[in-house]
Amino acid sequence: MAKPLAQEFFKGLWDEVPPFRLVLGLCPVLAVTKSLYNGAGMGLATTFVLLCSNILVSSLRKVIPSKVRIACYIVIIATFVTIVEFMMKAFTYKLFMELGIFIPLIVVNCIVLGRAEAFASKNGVFRSLLDGLGIGIGFTLSLALLGSVRELLGTGALTFWKTATPIFPASYPKFSFMIEAPGAFVALGLLLCLMNLAGKK
Amino acid sequence: MGDIFVLAISCILINNILLAQYLGNCPFLGTSKKMETAIGMAMAVVFVLVMAGVITWIVNTYFLVQFNLEYLRTVAFILVIASLVQFVEMFLKKSIPALYAGLGIFLPLITTNCAVMGVCLINVNEEYNFLQALVASFAYAVGFGLALILFAGVRERILLARVPRPLQDTSIALVTAGILSLTFFAFKGMV
Repeated sequence: MAKPLAQEFFKGLWDEVPPFRLVLGLCPVLAVTKSLYNGAGMGLATTFVLLCSNILVSSLRKVIPSKVRIACYIVIIATFVTIVEFMMKAFTYKLFMELGIFIPLIVVNCIVLGRAEAFASKNGVFRSLLDGLGIGIGFTLSLALLGSVRELLGTGALTFWKTATPIFPASYPKFSFMIEAPGAFVALGLLLCLMNLAGKK
Repeated sequence: MGDIFVLAISCILINNILLAQYLGNCPFLGTSKKMETAIGMAMAVVFVLVMAGVITWIVNTYFLVQFNLEYLRTVAFILVIASLVQFVEMFLKKSIPALYAGLGIFLPLITTNCAVMGVCLINVNEEYNFLQALVASFAYAVGFGLALILFAGVRERILLARVPRPLQDTSIALVTAGILSLTFFAFKGMV
């Protein structure tokens, strides 16, 4: 009962889109979405780790003994997280500083370990690659969406690439509640509500 | 002595790990549906976080820094936490079965609780000394427990309320967490 390959990819974009459908990996979702740029950067970093760990876990799935599998997966994931950490330090230092401890914390992001355990350990390499890519892109888009909503309402501007571009006229009163901690919870809760509304026909 | 007290207060209330630093939100939403599970999770976190905070501090100071291996920090910390959780689980099962039964499934879940890993990293990034790291770990864990138990109390009441369909379950929980976070926000001016 193998599903079509395209479905493995597209399920990550709507049916199983991580922070909304599977309520997993919320910490980075809430913490780094102060702006569109930060959200998308975090999403891409997670996508890279997810993709690489899915490929490696799936190609080693017959070698890893099932008793110590979780420990093995964590070491694989931690290795890729360290690689991402170094790459971001080298190429996007400002983003690296802003995301702070949330980059090493990709290790304990339930989505990555969840996909390794639930999907990559049971499926072939190519299928796991598509799954990782789909879930990763879905995660990135959700973070970018939440980031833009919060940044737009909180500051009236959007950061596409390093500098903020004003969207609303200067007379817009800045609603700074949205970029603080409480706003993160409320914004995510309301987006989830909208998604429920859209999903139910 | 005063500094330590200020540190403890700021870790419990002002920089509350759940509501101000956004760490450990998966168990926050996952185990707050019932008061019993919330208390179990809070106890397990206090237990593991203090031990993990102290051990990772020692590993970092006397091993990683000594041998210039800081780049292995992520790997080393997660291994310490994972094996610590496993060890604690085995130890409790053999020697204190009552506590083991109480903590139940929450112990293994703690490995992927980012609050634990997060506090260990904060301790290192802020360059705390041993005493500060110990107090900070304990205070963060208490803050975690406080927020979790308060939230579980609120959530038990939500079950009785009539919530519009699309807002049900996680959605309303997140909005409620936002309001709870707003109250903790008021502590910001304290220290």
